[in-house]
Amino acid sequence: MSKLNLSAYDSKGFYDEMFDENNVVRPNYKLFLDHLKKMSPRKLNQLQHATDRAQLSLGMTFNVYNDNQGVERILHLDIIPRIINNKEWQHLEKGLQQRIKALNLFIQDIYNDQKVIKDKIIPKEMIFSRVCYLKELEGFKPPKDVWCHITGSDLIKGGDGKYYVLEDNLRCPSGVSYMLENREILKRTFPELFAKLDVRPVNNYTHILRDTLESLSKVERPTVAVLTPGTYNSAYFEHSYLAQQMGAELVEGQDLVVKNDFVYMITTKGLQRVDVIYRRVDDDFIDPEVFNKNSLLGTPGLFRAYLKGNVVLVNAPGTGVVDDKAVYAYIPRIIKYYLGEEMILPNVKTYICAEEDDKKYVLDNIGKLVVKQTDASGGYGMLIGPKSTKKEQQEFIIKIKENPRNYIAQPMINLSRVPSVIDNTIEGRHVDLRPYALYSDDIKIIPGALTRVALKKGSIVVNSSQGGGSKDTWVLNS
Amino acid sequence: MLGRVANTIYWMNRYLERAENYARFMDVNFNLSLELSPNEEQQWKPLVVITGDWKLYDSLNTTTEKKNVIHFMAFEKENPNSIYNCIINSRENARAIRTEITKEVWEQINALYYLVKKSSKKKKLNDTEVRQFFYDIKNGCQLLYGMYDATISRSEGWIFARIGQFLERADKTSRVLDVKYHLLLGSANQVGSSLDLIQWTALLKSVSAYDMYRKKHGKLTSTGIAEFLILDSEFPRSILNCLLRTENSIERLCASKLGGNNEAQKRIIELRTQLENININVIIAQGLHEYLDNMQVKLNKVSTAIYNDYFSKERLMH
Repeated sequence: MSKLNLSAYDSKGFYDEMFDENNVVRPNYKLFLDHLKKMSPRKLNQLQHATDRAQLSLGMTFNVYNDNQGVERILHLDIIPRIINNKEWQHLEKGLQQRIKALNLFIQDIYNDQKVIKDKIIPKEMIFSRVCYLKELEGFKPPKDVWCHITGSDLIKGGDGKYYVLEDNLRCPSGVSYMLENREILKRTFPELFAKLDVRPVNNYTHILRDTLESLSKVERPTVAVLTPGTYNSAYFEHSYLAQQMGAELVEGQDLVVKNDFVYMITTKGLQRVDVIYRRVDDDFIDPEVFNKNSLLGTPGLFRAYLKGNVVLVNAPGTGVVDDKAVYAYIPRIIKYYLGEEMILPNVKTYICAEEDDKKYVLDNIGKLVVKQTDASGGYGMLIGPKSTKKEQQEFIIKIKENPRNYIAQPMINLSRVPSVIDNTIEGRHVDLRPYALYSDDIKIIPGALTRVALKKGSIVVNSSQGGGSKDTWVLNS
Repeated sequence: MLGRVANTIYWMNRYLERAENYARFMDVNFNLSLELSPNEEQQWKPLVVITGDWKLYDSLNTTTEKKNVIHFMAFEKENPNSIYNCIINSRENARAIRTEITKEVWEQINALYYLVKKSSKKKKLNDTEVRQFFYDIKNGCQLLYGMYDATISRSEGWIFARIGQFLERADKTSRVLDVKYHLLLGSANQVGSSLDLIQWTALLKSVSAYDMYRKKHGKLTSTGIAEFLILDSEFPRSILNCLLRTENSIERLCASKLGGNNEAQKRIIELRTQLENININVIIAQGLHEYLDNMQVKLNKVSTAIYNDYFSKERLMH
């Protein structure tokens, strides 16, 4: 039986997570590679196919936006894991804890004292003009002063082998169910490797999540619910998965009513009070009385109950100000301001088109930069300069001139690559990294992550809506 | 339990039972058609009539042929009750209440989903494939009932699941008996001719009642069969047995209910008592068709009462 041949594998031109620049395997991948080399291409393919089947049978599917019934896709799981050694992980952990702590202080400040603005660290138009800024929350302090209970920042590793934070997701970060289910599947794919490599477990995430949610309520044994927009939402699998794993109620807006500023579920036996809501519905849709009047996803009166402290919403409303790509550029200064520390995990260099010098640089160098619309996500509203046509660049130049505040630009970063199973062979594909943090009394970083991989050759867009897949992420104890 | 969730569980199980019944109806009819004269209309039209969807069938088809009927009942996307749509709906409901069911149940319902998706994509199924499909659906559903039974806690969700299943089953048994009974009596032959025996056997088999009927009554008679399918208290697909178990389930709900309406309980007790106090000869004398027709209306009223008592939002909005 022929063995897998990796001699044709091309690790040049990018940071490769498995091989160094001399094509020598990195220590964290050594045992894994030994195992891989003993395998035939046929066996590798079998394992990959078994994974696809497992995902279908688990119902790990997502609906593609704007599609009706019938288009359910799985998020392709590539069986070759991303492996991170302990030292690298500790660095990430510290960096994320620092960042989240500062961002939380920042949110509390802008809704209360606004010192950060008075001290001219960030211009006020960066905050108050934004749709994500909720005036209704001015003067409000959430339980334990924590706003961002659940964070899933996107990190990348550049050609220099260093991690950078690409964006923060403080509203409703998704994907954690894939981190958990990917692990369950890979444990079946490579059972012999887990013990040998001493991989840190991730499956206590849902326990910690439940503890986090419960700790925020004043009630003795609080009733916890996950609020979903419903089965047509692309992340519905995750909502139901988390509710089920936590033993929480999975509710839709129509299942809740607010009476005397308390929130209740409509049950077969009457009304039952709800104390903590892990809501996966965006701020704008949670309460038609206050926000989007046409929202059918929310519950009238929910926000009022929240302001009165009769229900806890997780994450707190209003955290979206930090997700704004223009605010991102100020985060190094924000960390310094609140913690008096230098940033441990650097940002990607960001040009703010609202600032005259930066705008000029962006317009002059658009072919070299990645331009992003500040209020878009999911890989949309983006121009990848080096891969774009003149026509596309021209379109973005017009857009930037019309509304500079809506755009930022960053140098093109060559995302690191991990070997991936592509049509019977192994080729390098670009990846990012989304670790998850839970924050109540302290900030816990789960030792694992969702690694997203751009499956198209040469592509650096890892979003699931645009041909991205995923990998399991192994954090080693050594 | 959330009212919406209870409602979803109820329908998930009704759809499943419906899909399984359809698969069995068609499988038995298919088998039967192999040994009878090739008058397709006579053989296949009643099947569509049983389901109450003849009008829709007629609007979509010009002829009543085996292959059209099978397509209509198994795969037709326009037919809200086709096996295809029943499984899709059941699985969609299961997805919406994923937190209420176990991994085993979910994976099995998902397997059924992929089965109908795959089969419906095939251009033309040959006879062997069609029968394999019916077999897979029946087996898949029964496997699911088993997993449900073996892994789901006997809490409220379980009770609503059972109620959905029993009401659907009672309805289907009444329909298959209604249509077939008249067709067979209308065919003028006395029970006893070889042709008739095959047909009556088929009727029993289409509700999996043949073995249990033979065990209890031995000889095949039209009255005996009607009695068995309506009034037998022990056979799990007879109308009375389904009603008894529905009543029992509703009783358990009421025991844990805090006040409120018990319209559903009142109605089911009425219906069950009425069945226990009637004789098959009286039913036949008064008209079996009218009796069964009325039965279906009453079953629907029980279903509506359950909705009003347990699922609806309005009951709590005052």
